[in-house]
Amino acid sequence: MSTTYNLKRADFIFRNENDWEKILNRTLQRDKQELINELISSELKGRGGAGFPTGLKWKLTSEAPADQKYVICNADEGEPGTFKDREILSMVPFKVLSAMAICGYIVGASKGYIYLRGEYRFLKTDLEKAIAEFDYYCKEIKFDFHIEIFMGSGAYICGEETALFESMEGKRGEPRNKPPFPSFVGYMGKPTVINNVETLAHTYTIFKHGAKKFYDLGVQFSRGTKLFSVSGDTPKPGIYELELGMSLQDFVDEFGDGDTKAVQVGGASGFLVPRKRFGETAIGFKGKLTGISLPTGGSMMLFNSSRSMFKVLDNYLEFFREESCGQCTPCRVGCQQLLIGIKAVKQGIKPASYLDNLLKLTETMQLTAKCGLGQSVANSFSSIVENFREEMIY
Amino acid sequence: MNQTHELITELADKHGRRRENLLPILQGVVEKENYLSDYSMIEIARALDIPAAEVYGTATFYSFLEYKPMGEFVIRICKTITCSMKGKNQILLTIKDMLKIGVGETTPDKKFSLLETNCLGWCHKAPAMLINNEMFTELSPERVREILSEFMKRPAQ
Repeated sequence: MSTTYNLKRADFIFRNENDWEKILNRTLQRDKQELINELISSELKGRGGAGFPTGLKWKLTSEAPADQKYVICNADEGEPGTFKDREILSMVPFKVLSAMAICGYIVGASKGYIYLRGEYRFLKTDLEKAIAEFDYYCKEIKFDFHIEIFMGSGAYICGEETALFESMEGKRGEPRNKPPFPSFVGYMGKPTVINNVETLAHTYTIFKHGAKKFYDLGVQFSRGTKLFSVSGDTPKPGIYELELGMSLQDFVDEFGDGDTKAVQVGGASGFLVPRKRFGETAIGFKGKLTGISLPTGGSMMLFNSSRSMFKVLDNYLEFFREESCGQCTPCRVGCQQLLIGIKAVKQGIKPASYLDNLLKLTETMQLTAKCGLGQSVANSFSSIVENFREEMIY
Repeated sequence: MNQTHELITELADKHGRRRENLLPILQGVVEKENYLSDYSMIEIARALDIPAAEVYGTATFYSFLEYKPMGEFVIRICKTITCSMKGKNQILLTIKDMLKIGVGETTPDKKFSLLETNCLGWCHKAPAMLINNEMFTELSPERVREILSEFMKRPAQ
């Protein structure tokens, strides 16, 4: 097991994409099974936040029998504090398009969609130009694959994969029951590979440099690099590519302003880590790392001691209350009640012990909500209330 | 109202008349008319041959598909955590002061509407706002004044 916890910068994602035609052509000549095996051996996990092994996802879809399959690039980047996907699509769009085409070749899909969030409408024109150029090249090498952009219209929940399918099918973006999983029943009921923008960009790196190069980065169970969107109270906000597995303390030493009180790892649906836990927290997927290991879609928000954690939680809960699709009761009512509840405690209408009732409510939501939104409200809620209880009351 | 009918026919011809074409059509109408009127939603339902309630249900789900009359320029200010920490309230006050409207309101000349929205994805350059499809980041009250003055000079379409 690797014990490297230090911050290690990397530069793969934004490094030149001028050779995309060569890489695409070369990869399309290779055996499909061999490509899947390469992806599996790289141990790449989804970079949207959930961390499902990408190789396995492609393998399942490639084995699903169907006359039509789809490849979808999830660019509905809505998690507070995340802004890396926009940068990828505007800086290195051809990496993403090539990766989609390679995925299409492997799983047997001839159609790809980029689901672009409404807030990123200004990217559309340039992206369309890139797609036109890409289409032209595909025709030239006689490879049958077409990509289209589907615009979202301002709904956080549409980043959930099945809600995204519903939205593309012209319906309200309400998540479906799983199973069946998208690998078998996805967009229009057909087997669909749906990947985050960054995940696709990483597969390009893997097919270009080989799985070993990717696997050698990061730590056990959390291989490779990851883009981090750094914001909040930091002297250098922005997007950084770092190896997974670093300790949060090292991260704060690098990006903090010297007065960092807490870091929100993984956006509003992630966890808040207080200063006393920086040393024992590692950034990566769950594994056998010592201490706590937190996954993230890349959102890292720093708060210094001038910030009220009550206001932070209040802001998150308002976000969830508005973005809950309202389909299932635990999430729809739960988000509202949590927001009303913390305000009541703050104003002294309810006793401090009422916070424990609210914590129980988040547990219920975690168990009973239909999708990740309702289930993950508990993450930020409990980590803030448990670590900064006095700030919730006084 | 005939214009709306023509627009919807045009959009339906372009995108198709199946259910999965609904969102692009709704977006097309909002782009031209700034919002979805009852009439336009009924017309869309007719064009796609689906119940009007389905169109309404879908449209009202999405925060960028307005179903109340909106001004020509819709200002959306990000209110999520980082923007909120970095001075979103001052920006909002400046705009309210300049346009004399509150959040959710439209100026009497139908030129501007003011809305708050959830994370726009510019936390590293907070505070941020969107005016129609144009993005403005690292705002300060002074900069917002400049930006809005420039928009005020733009001729009505």
